[in-house]
Amino acid sequence: MAPIRAQIPCPHCGLRAIEEFIYGEVPSTPDAITDQDARDLDREFMHGNVEGPVVERWFHAFGCRRWMTLRRDTRTEEIL
Amino acid sequence: MNESVERAITLRWPTALKRHYDVVIVGGGGHGLATAYYLATRHGIRRVAVLERRYVAAGNSGRNTTIIRANYGIPEAVRFYQRSVDLYAGLERETGRDLMHRQKGLLWLAHTEAGVRQERARAEVNTAFGAKTEFVGPDAIRAICPHLDLSGDGEWPILGGSYHSEGATARHDRVVWAFAEGAMRLGVEVHQDTPVNGLIRNGDRVIGVQTNDGPVTADVVVSAVGGHVSTLAATVGLRLPIRTHPLQAFVTTPYAQTLRPIVASSGLLVYASQTAKGELLVGAEIDRQPSYSYDSTFSFLQSSARRAVALLPFLRDLQILRQWTGVCDMSPDYSPVMGPTGIDGFLITTGWGTWGFKAIPAGGEQMAELIARGQTPELIAPFSLDRFRRDRTMADRGSAGTH
Repeated sequence: MAPIRAQIPCPHCGLRAIEEFIYGEVPSTPDAITDQDARDLDREFMHGNVEGPVVERWFHAFGCRRWMTLRRDTRTEEIL
Repeated sequence: MNESVERAITLRWPTALKRHYDVVIVGGGGHGLATAYYLATRHGIRRVAVLERRYVAAGNSGRNTTIIRANYGIPEAVRFYQRSVDLYAGLERETGRDLMHRQKGLLWLAHTEAGVRQERARAEVNTAFGAKTEFVGPDAIRAICPHLDLSGDGEWPILGGSYHSEGATARHDRVVWAFAEGAMRLGVEVHQDTPVNGLIRNGDRVIGVQTNDGPVTADVVVSAVGGHVSTLAATVGLRLPIRTHPLQAFVTTPYAQTLRPIVASSGLLVYASQTAKGELLVGAEIDRQPSYSYDSTFSFLQSSARRAVALLPFLRDLQILRQWTGVCDMSPDYSPVMGPTGIDGFLITTGWGTWGFKAIPAGGEQMAELIARGQTPELIAPFSLDRFRRDRTMADRGSAGTH
């Protein structure tokens, strides 16, 4: 599909301008971090910041006001 | 290509990587090369290699809006950036290169009562910690910059602002090349087209980097990477408080008159300055979603041009000449991350978000001192990576100009 930076496909409203949406990160603390304080620290501040495919949430604030899940490649901005 | 670059080509470029250096710096941008320069000039540490994936200043060092300022909102940041402003002011004399450094003054505009309070606070904290900033009312603003529409196109009235007299610009690629040249003339090796594929860990220590030509070991490895630092750190299991976001900018066709100061507005999230060629250089906010894409968008031009015109109506008659994108490593508190990583032998300078260019000399100087003495200098100690664990974040969102 086309890169995200102009439009996002909302499952309810169709292709809409990206300015209508709010980005939401899905936190992803690795299971290898077991200490609870370390997990809290990671969840609060650390990011995978992945170069490649990511799963994320978007809120259609100026539209249907519903959350959606999107898969996107952060290198190319393509929606997967 | 400018004459600084042409002169630099007469430098002796290294051919093959050695198997060991005292210091390996990953990333041939401003921060990496300034660190190498100060290691060589101030500390006599010259068995240094700077490894650059593409070419010198290919990343954000060649993509920023070239603004130099110290008008930050918290004491630690004011002190640090004032050091950078001072180093920049003497950099042409020190390096013997014309860096097109111009002191222009910077006007930071407020459009609401809350904005006025913020600019008054900025002036106070700047004055207290050594930066030259004063609060100014609309009449003073008109005198400093007659081009501004004080009504803000009826929508964004200018109620006041802060004036930072030492605000300046410099030609970004010349700055980076001046550091590269100075370091290389003292024996530092700068390897272009040399990607680092990962760090090499031995027990609790980082002992080198992996390249296409095999491993290279070093007593100290420094990441001065912009944009891909999370990926590099992940090769030794280190997670960082960094999200990488694109930031776009554009320049217009030349304007015949002179816009002296740099103009910025937190309310409108836009800033503008005039280049030596007369073009107006306009930047705005970062894109909301993390991304490594250098694509530019038309919607950015629409929204940022509309806001810039609300402040500077003459922009209406100019045309957009070109636009481009950089990627910014944003930290949660809008302050940089410098120093030890918790892994011996591996230091980091990152989190340069949208404030990296102005910090190049001080960042390089302080990182070099850390490497040479093995002890974090007082000036950058507040910006250590472990501040997040210690609950000592350096929140300074209002000074980014991009949020």
